Amino acid sequence: MLAHIIQTLPQVIVDGLTLGVVYAVVAIGYTMVYGILELINFAHGEIFMSGAFIGTTVLLILSSVGFLSSVPAILAFIIIIVIASLATGFLGMGIERVAYRPLRSAPKLITLITAIGVSFLLQDIVRFIAELKTGNYIVSAPSLFNDKIHLKTSAILPQFGDALFKSSFLVVLIVAIIMLVALDFFVNRTKWGMAMRAVAQDRETASLMSINVNKVISVTFFVGSALGGATGVLFMIQYGTIDPYIGFILGIKAFTAAVLGGIGNIRGAMVGGLLIGFLEMFAAANLSTLTHGAFGAEYKDIFAFAILIAVLIFKPEGLFGKAVVEKV
Amino acid sequence: MKSKKVVSLIATAALAFGIISGCSSSKGGSSGSGGKQVIKIATQSPLSGGSATLGEAIKLGAQLAISDQKKAFAKKGFDLQLVPYDDQADPKKGVSNAQQIGSDKSILGVIGHLNSGVTIPSSEIYEKNQLAMISPAATATDVTDRGLKVVNRVCARDDFQGPAGADFAVNTLKAKKIFVIQDKTAYGSGLAEAFRDAAKKLGADIIGYEGITVGEKDFNGVISQAASKKPDLIYFGGVYAEGGLIIKQARDKGLDIPIMGGDGLDSSSTVQIAGDSVKNVYLTSVAGDVTKVAAGKKFVDAYKAKFGKGVESYSSYGYDATGVLLKAIMSAIDKNNGKLPTREAVSQAVRAIQDYQGIINKVGFDNKGDNKFAKVYIFKFDKAAYPAVQQKAISK
Repeated sequence: MLAHIIQTLPQVIVDGLTLGVVYAVVAIGYTMVYGILELINFAHGEIFMSGAFIGTTVLLILSSVGFLSSVPAILAFIIIIVIASLATGFLGMGIERVAYRPLRSAPKLITLITAIGVSFLLQDIVRFIAELKTGNYIVSAPSLFNDKIHLKTSAILPQFGDALFKSSFLVVLIVAIIMLVALDFFVNRTKWGMAMRAVAQDRETASLMSINVNKVISVTFFVGSALGGATGVLFMIQYGTIDPYIGFILGIKAFTAAVLGGIGNIRGAMVGGLLIGFLEMFAAANLSTLTHGAFGAEYKDIFAFAILIAVLIFKPEGLFGKAVVEKV
Repeated sequence: MKSKKVVSLIATAALAFGIISGCSSSKGGSSGSGGKQVIKIATQSPLSGGSATLGEAIKLGAQLAISDQKKAFAKKGFDLQLVPYDDQADPKKGVSNAQQIGSDKSILGVIGHLNSGVTIPSSEIYEKNQLAMISPAATATDVTDRGLKVVNRVCARDDFQGPAGADFAVNTLKAKKIFVIQDKTAYGSGLAEAFRDAAKKLGADIIGYEGITVGEKDFNGVISQAASKKPDLIYFGGVYAEGGLIIKQARDKGLDIPIMGGDGLDSSSTVQIAGDSVKNVYLTSVAGDVTKVAAGKKFVDAYKAKFGKGVESYSSYGYDATGVLLKAIMSAIDKNNGKLPTREAVSQAVRAIQDYQGIINKVGFDNKGDNKFAKVYIFKFDKAAYPAVQQKAISK
């Protein structure tokens, strides 16, 4: 039993890492908005999905004009991800301006329900547009990075099996890590980041210190949504097939990751995302071996969520969260 | 003040008049266009959503059958119409559509559904309304095993499709170690179980039986588990949205073994999603390759000319199911001296059909409503193109 787990471990780590970084970047979008507005932006999963669709559209247009074959794949990829993240960034800003700002002084529940409404709206708008041409909303994108890489992990330790992955895995991993590091730098080391943290701590006082609160909130939505959209492109690159409902399950899991790490805490969201991704992969690969077939891979989510509950029982503020002192 | 009241009074009157006239015009419609009595045939299939490709095919097949026979019905003084309903592959939506269909008295029969999970609850409503239903595609055993009088199907059952696949996998492909994945739906798990049990009986070793969640895109966990157990064949019970991805991700993990699935993979979307990985994929389908028979070629051309689309797996069954229903309605009309028959008479006439010549198969119902002549076909993808190549046809 243990031998089987160790043997599959390298592959599980590779796959868990892929899924984990996707969760981590999406989780950041949830945590940033919560940190600053105390609003759970349920539309964030759909922004991720919109990013994937915008990216696919750009990719399909590029390949239809023959641009794809004339430039290296990595350049095409950079163009796609920049366009998609700019578009989703402005989409997020627009949603905040239209749907959330008029409700800023309304009770929290009302904004929450509005967020759910926005997410339905986005799902169906994207579905409608995707269906226009073919009548089928499951869209497959041509794959950009297709080389298979064979990682000889068995050379390190004979018990390990080999790990196999596509080059797209490396692209996803590197881009996600760049985004995470850049965001961490942006929030902790720049003026805008400081303003953002100030607004998150106390909106009224921050405005007294000549911080333009509305602008800061807009920037927060822009950054969070741009990251979400860029992750959508990464998802599309890795899995190759998207539909308008990918944002729902993924959004819920990313939100869970944010809670696990301590909602409002950006580094917590990163760790939470990686942890959930890895746990899910581990459970899917090993659960039936561990329980001798009593629980199959279909219980992987229960495994991941049970760990979430266990963490929240002992540390209700999440792994990295600080216990909030009630503002008086 | 007074003028405002007058204005509102006029407005109300205008609105009321509008409503009344709306009513009367709709009544005029149902009494028949050009003095003919209207007979409506409803289709229920997913026209939107993940399985819209297959659902649309059923609707278009029915539409073709109806336009073919419109003249024959017009001669007897009936105006034949198609009313398509979208069940969204959702049992709740299917049932609420079924209620609507039940209350529209001019509907004499239903063609549908695609999904067994939707067929089962919706057919309870049809039974209450004594409304005949013929499904071109619902394969779960429970669809007909409940013994409802109005439920029929032209396709084969899962407990025939699963074992036929197992037989091919074990005896023809010589698979010894089989890894089974299913999608936890009524269709997917039913098919996978039937396959697993039959394969076990034939002496194959089932080295894993795992479930996945519909709607997810990353199945690497289950696949690396499969890869570590080194199977000769992977069987997937489920639909193409997940199946296509499983095929693709398995190939990425270096699993170049045959992958087999049920009729849920029998769609051009499987090829679209899986791309080149689709080579060496086998599937059992209850719908045969129409281009192999002369009548089928004619059907393909007519379909293409009318709708501008290629046929999907269930297009011909949609056509056949509607053909059966129309034949039953015709005989019920004749029995009723040329007058509009009751729904009950139509359902009895449907069940009484014994040898209707469809495009590929004959259709004849047994006392449960299963088609006695239904066959299971085995296909293989040799290249990334749909349809796959038919390997074998298995009859009961």
